[in-house]
Amino acid sequence: MATTSPPGVGLAKGLAVTIKHLFRYPSTQMYPKQRPDLPPRTRGVIALMDENCTVCMLCARECPDWCIYIDSHKETVPPAKEGGRARTRNVLDRFAIDFSLCMYCGICVEVCPFDALWWSPEFEYAEFQIDDLLHEKERLREWMDTVPPPPMLEEGAVPPAEAADAIAKKEKELEAEAAKQAEVTAPPAEAAAAPAEAKPRTADVKVEGAGEIDQETYDRLIAEGKSERIARSKAKSAWVRKQKEKLAAEQEAATAEERGGDEAAAAKPKAAEVHVEAGEIDQETYDQLIAEGKSERMARAKAKAAYVRKQRAKLAADAEAGAEDGGSEAGGGAPEASTPAEPADADEPKPKPADVHVEGAGEIDQETYDQLIAEGKSERIARSKAKAAWVRKQKQKLIDEGGDA
Amino acid sequence: MMDLVFSTAITFVGQATSITTFDSYALSVVVKIAFALGLFFVVPLIGGYLEHKVMGRMQARRGPVEAGPFGTLQLVADGIKFIQKEDVIPRAADKWVFAAAPGVALVPGMLIFLVLPIGPGVFALDLELGLFYALAISSVSVLGIMMGGWASANKFALLGGLRAGGQLIAYELPLILAAIAVAVQAGTLSLVGIVEAQATFTLPGTTINVWYLFPQFLGFAIFFLAAMAELSRPPFDMPIADSELVFGYMTEYTGIKFAMYLLTEYGGMIVMSALMVVLYLGGWQLLPGVPLPGCEGTGGLFDCDPMGTLLGVVITIGKIMALVFLMVWARVAYPRLREDQLQRFAWLALIPLALLNLALVGVAKVVF
Amino acid sequence: MSDLSTRERIHPGTAPGEDIHLEILGEGDFATAEMKLSIGPAHPATHGVFRIVLEMDGERILGARPVIGYMHRGFEKLAEHRDYRQIKALVNRHDWLSGFSNEMGVALAVERMMELEVPERAQWIRMLLAEWNRILNHLMFTGSFALELGAITPMFYAFREREDIQHLLESATGGRLHFTYNQVGGLKIDLPKGFLRESARLSQVTRTRLRDYKDLVLGNDIFQARTKGVGPLPPEVALSFGVSGPTLQATGVPEDPRVTEPYLRYGDIDVPVPVGENGDSFDRFYCLLHRVEASLDIIDQIHDHIPPGPVNTKLPKMVKAPEGATYVRTENPLGQLGYWLESDGGRTPWRLKMRTPSFSNVQAIPYLLDGVLVPDAIAVLGSVFFVVGDIDR
Repeated sequence: MATTSPPGVGLAKGLAVTIKHLFRYPSTQMYPKQRPDLPPRTRGVIALMDENCTVCMLCARECPDWCIYIDSHKETVPPAKEGGRARTRNVLDRFAIDFSLCMYCGICVEVCPFDALWWSPEFEYAEFQIDDLLHEKERLREWMDTVPPPPMLEEGAVPPAEAADAIAKKEKELEAEAAKQAEVTAPPAEAAAAPAEAKPRTADVKVEGAGEIDQETYDRLIAEGKSERIARSKAKSAWVRKQKEKLAAEQEAATAEERGGDEAAAAKPKAAEVHVEAGEIDQETYDQLIAEGKSERMARAKAKAAYVRKQRAKLAADAEAGAEDGGSEAGGGAPEASTPAEPADADEPKPKPADVHVEGAGEIDQETYDQLIAEGKSERIARSKAKAAWVRKQKQKLIDEGGDA
Repeated sequence: MMDLVFSTAITFVGQATSITTFDSYALSVVVKIAFALGLFFVVPLIGGYLEHKVMGRMQARRGPVEAGPFGTLQLVADGIKFIQKEDVIPRAADKWVFAAAPGVALVPGMLIFLVLPIGPGVFALDLELGLFYALAISSVSVLGIMMGGWASANKFALLGGLRAGGQLIAYELPLILAAIAVAVQAGTLSLVGIVEAQATFTLPGTTINVWYLFPQFLGFAIFFLAAMAELSRPPFDMPIADSELVFGYMTEYTGIKFAMYLLTEYGGMIVMSALMVVLYLGGWQLLPGVPLPGCEGTGGLFDCDPMGTLLGVVITIGKIMALVFLMVWARVAYPRLREDQLQRFAWLALIPLALLNLALVGVAKVVF
Repeated sequence: MSDLSTRERIHPGTAPGEDIHLEILGEGDFATAEMKLSIGPAHPATHGVFRIVLEMDGERILGARPVIGYMHRGFEKLAEHRDYRQIKALVNRHDWLSGFSNEMGVALAVERMMELEVPERAQWIRMLLAEWNRILNHLMFTGSFALELGAITPMFYAFREREDIQHLLESATGGRLHFTYNQVGGLKIDLPKGFLRESARLSQVTRTRLRDYKDLVLGNDIFQARTKGVGPLPPEVALSFGVSGPTLQATGVPEDPRVTEPYLRYGDIDVPVPVGENGDSFDRFYCLLHRVEASLDIIDQIHDHIPPGPVNTKLPKMVKAPEGATYVRTENPLGQLGYWLESDGGRTPWRLKMRTPSFSNVQAIPYLLDGVLVPDAIAVLGSVFFVVGDIDR
């Protein structure tokens, strides 16, 4: 334990540390003026998409605090087709969450099979009366406007099932297309072999207007004698699926164009990666929404989203332009204002695929080890650093080999 | 008998001319009291604001920002809040002692401002015995603290009060011994006289004017540490020790009485800093040997025009704040010592060193 | 003397039914009595509702008796009426500074009973977040221990670091203290994009900032004067009380389930275990601070290991642990956390017994407080790291 130092040195060091901070920028966030930058997964408030609710009561039953209140009644739906059977369905009368009881565990959102419940990072709904923390259906519906799109997953993650299906389907289509082309031209097109990860994920493509249904599917299902509700819900999802595919195909086409053997295209920033300083709003959208009689809060939230969307598009365009000029890291080019001075990892090794797996974690880099020991570092530190150095070298080797091949 | 009283009174008559002295005696008294009170209520606020801000920035915070421009009125806002709070007196407390204690602690702090010179002619009184008076009065505060600790009927408060008593007795001694050395060197107990003596003090054999900080750095260090301990400032805040004794002798106090104790602490910080400025840092002199513009008297520090007077006041307050900054810095950087460690430090280190310092100064005074 | 007993009557400072015995020492005017001082239940040094009744002669402590249970919430009984998903949201609240490790313990227990194979990626990510959680916890105690010794600043620095780390964990889990990110068979969802990069960056930043704590607290002469030789705990006494975690490692015993009984993938990496020499307050803090460094080392290693793949397994609609029992031992930030899970095959456990580190650690407090001064008692209380919710459950 090398903590003994001549008397007074410790005292002087204490003074040095504190005086150093006197001249640094304070880390205070001026909360009401400066909005916290909350990640999209933040569990702030639960939002309800009541169209999706089928009154299955799973959330209310699974809630550990029993703070969800649901009332419903049954309605008879006339047969959709002449000669069909009349069906009953549940109609949601009341859906309320008592946030004074809620413990924000997220089980209700997790269990909801129809995606009717969502987490929103909004948190400013404190009340003077505890009764007012009981949010009814309408209030919960309003929170829906503040639900952010889910973040993309880390490299190496298995894409969500819906996205995976779409990707597989798309790949099949592309293969078929390639096969068709192969008939025309001799060598198979490279497009089919394109890495799957570069493809736009279907889940990332947000489809607007969940109310529409795919009429074709609907008619077919009704004809098959399915209930009106099931048919509608399936048709709805079919519509969404189609839309997503369409959008994904468009994006795919766009990326495929850019992928003309150019490295820069791979570095093109995806919209979600571009960080946009929150807080500003899109005045145009705001005015328009206010004019439409929306509440100030909602208008602000929507306008904020609109602003972020626009900025992202702009930044992405800028960064793309930068990437063509040979900029190595497109995301870093985005102006991230007011970031406190932290040691930026600018000189990070450029190719950094975390999925290059290096076997044999026991080896160490002898050179680094000897050097660190010589520098007087402890055996433990030297070993751990040398190990890391070894892994780094191995990775670099693998990457280099891959590049050569 | 009357002669004696009269002659004693004569010695208390001001030596140097003060801007608060007028031909009318009654007017002079009113102005002097108003002046001392004004100092007492304004300068600690500046010190308090400095503490808030510096402490905040050193701790990666911002300090107060909301009340007034840059949070300058935070302490005023705090004061208003304290006044509004309910004044709770514990049922088992000794009510009269409990109520009187904050006043007993506060008033001595106020009285010292009567003799503090903060600029050329800017003081209420220049007592012949100024230094003696200041040190004597300042040690009365501990009575208020012990009264509060005892009267609260709370074991934490009692422990805090007793710790304060022990600590203040232990640190009074090095404080006085260090101050005596200055008086010996200056040859006067008058605070204005000490400033004057420093303005004319030159290194033996040369014409280089220096402050007493230079020959008596040891004394300054002793005085500084002892002053911090006497004020119960961290790292010597065992009588308060919020994580051990909850809040020591202040545990049961609320509202305005609590604010009075706090004001005692801040006022004490200013008093001790001002004494150090006068004793060791040359008063309102900008740099050793540099006369103030517009001044004619000894060392270019007296008989000033309004501009020079104002400059002198600014310089003194600047020096006081620099010392307050040092106290705040120590508070931010260090944990608290233990009571017995503190006592050992006083009796085994500070007091012998202070005696040594006094002896050295005495010898030097005779030799040169 | 009548004065003191009057006060004793008005401010009893003792629990109902407890007999007050004051021993009179000395004679005549110099007679003194032992004083009973009740530290807590609401006292700044006990960070929570924990109470210690001290018998004192002046400032010297003659005897100490911890009084616990002010925060008893009946976790073990509650757990018998919750299914495994709900338990996960429950257990990250008993030691609120180690939410992730707690819920991971329960998940491991259920997985072991169901003989589930957890995907490798999930195991590595669990380790990564558990280590970040450990750092969060230790930073909290770094700040609070220094605060109890009168140094106010480290608390603010610690909270600055904690804020960054909590933001990182929030981006993955959605929570800042109560993560509820584990689920039986893996994790709820994979990490968000950019998490590993940010994690690597924060690991660097935290490592550089650790130097500030070493300079400001560990190396400070006053701090050393306050803690060295204060409350020494011999290893055999520590083991007999069941003390674990940094408090045990400070006595020189390198006991750590991550090394001695590796779970998850801790066997595949190098887990440094800092140990002390004397088991005094200084060594306890030394171990705490160096455990942060050790966790950063582990995090750096984990970054090189995370494989691609799924993070959860397909579960039956209703998770039911088969009939039987198991005991899972993990190294929580504060020490060894054990869950004894006994199931009768239903959807809720038949019994869930918790062996919480704080509960065992505070058992050593009366031993440590014997004969020390009040300020040292605070130094001991602050360095035997505990969370009140974890004592009382």
